Amino acid sequence: MVAVLDQAFRDEWGRVLASLIGYLGDFELAEEAAQEAFAAAAERWPRDGEPANPRAWLVTTARNRAIDRIRRDRTLAEKTRLLEVPTATEDEMDETTIPDERLELIFTCCHPALALDAQVALTLRTLGGLDTDEIARAFLVPEPTMAKRLVRARRKIKAAGIPFRVPDDHLLPDRLAAVLAVVYLIFNEGYGGRGDLAAEAIRLGRALAELMPDEPEVHALLALMLLNDGRSEARFVDGVAVPLSEQDRALWDHSEMERGRTALRRALALGGRGPYVLQAAIADLHAEDPPDWRQLAALYGELARLTGSSVVELNQAVAVAEAGNVEAALGVVEGLELDRYHYLHATRAELLRRLDRRDEARAAYERALELVHADAERRFLEERLAELS
Amino acid sequence: MKYMLLINHGDAPTPRDPEAWATLSEDEQKAVFADYQAINETPGVTPGLQLQDAGTATTVRVEDGRTLTTDGPFVATKEAIAGYLLFEADDLDAAIELAARIPAARLGGAIEVRPVTGEW
Repeated sequence: MVAVLDQAFRDEWGRVLASLIGYLGDFELAEEAAQEAFAAAAERWPRDGEPANPRAWLVTTARNRAIDRIRRDRTLAEKTRLLEVPTATEDEMDETTIPDERLELIFTCCHPALALDAQVALTLRTLGGLDTDEIARAFLVPEPTMAKRLVRARRKIKAAGIPFRVPDDHLLPDRLAAVLAVVYLIFNEGYGGRGDLAAEAIRLGRALAELMPDEPEVHALLALMLLNDGRSEARFVDGVAVPLSEQDRALWDHSEMERGRTALRRALALGGRGPYVLQAAIADLHAEDPPDWRQLAALYGELARLTGSSVVELNQAVAVAEAGNVEAALGVVEGLELDRYHYLHATRAELLRRLDRRDEARAAYERALELVHADAERRFLEERLAELS
Repeated sequence: MKYMLLINHGDAPTPRDPEAWATLSEDEQKAVFADYQAINETPGVTPGLQLQDAGTATTVRVEDGRTLTTDGPFVATKEAIAGYLLFEADDLDAAIELAARIPAARLGGAIEVRPVTGEW
């Protein structure tokens, strides 16, 4: 029964909360009321059985709690004559048609007037239903720090009048990009080792694809996450990072990757050619054996033009080298201004090794080792360096 | 909601500095005036009064009952408020859109958007 409740919590929290914020127009009040309703469910459902429509039960219960609270506050206000409190309306809700307002909610949480770390935390709290201490642990900050961050963000939403709605068409491209960036940031935090965050990001991505079925970049982000996540089991062996070409394909989750490909096809069919479409197409090509390095080099080139990113140019150089032109790739790598980036030196080292310029290769591996932080990658570089000695 | 839009000129050229102002073409200069006029005529906007430049400011503090005055603005001259306007809008998105239309925002200055709570 507890398991059923956990499932209900995960599935319903975002929708229930979004619907309450839409109804009450107040983030903090809605969240408190939702929390009370979920606590009441935890107490009653195991005893009395789960209601026929759990979502309607949760929304109605939370709404009633919120109305009670507004009434109490109004009574207080009448006594003190200081506060103006809106009158609570009590029209009966049609329990079968609770509007899905998660999209309004995610655009509010990812509003550019909030700091990025607040956008991330708020999205995980409100749409993901993660507890404050879970989010704090995921981002390696103390729980009170995370709690403060969330309180401040909710207050700003209310005080500054950040709207609870899907932005108008002329604002939508920028604002959607901000939403997708938050989801992808959550995914990458998880991809670095904390798998629960990656799963959470995929859940958010799936919800977005359902809510915005005509946006190619939304499907493409989902595709990108599924294609990468499908390979996560093979990325490390005994704590050592394994390059894609050497990964054990039997460890890949082929059905998850196929779902990724389906999402990518959808994005392409919608005419998408944005940064996430390109990244997903690249991730898909990388999974082929052997990959089509020429096509990869072309896609990286297109992505580099779109984003102006030197890191993408570095990846393009790798693809050029794999396609057979190691000298040209080295020329590109040596022209990039990424001296603080360990991948630049690791890539340069690998190219020099292939050209049999062993001394220069050794020096480049040593420079990469000075800059690398993650243990798994450090071990990989050390192994390569040892091979050259 | 009511917002106060605080205008910081930063490096934005203004007619008060003729040399900097001359870096704008005649069309750009006309556009600046036209834009400010259009903003002041936008429904919901209460135009602010013009402030003299920050060099004319006097900053007042009271310590131990004594009034202390210093020459100049509270913040660095470059960061001093150059002007303001009030805007009655539905939400922050509308206020951000208006702020983006203020010429100072595109000419090197910045606009701070602050919700107004009411009377003191």
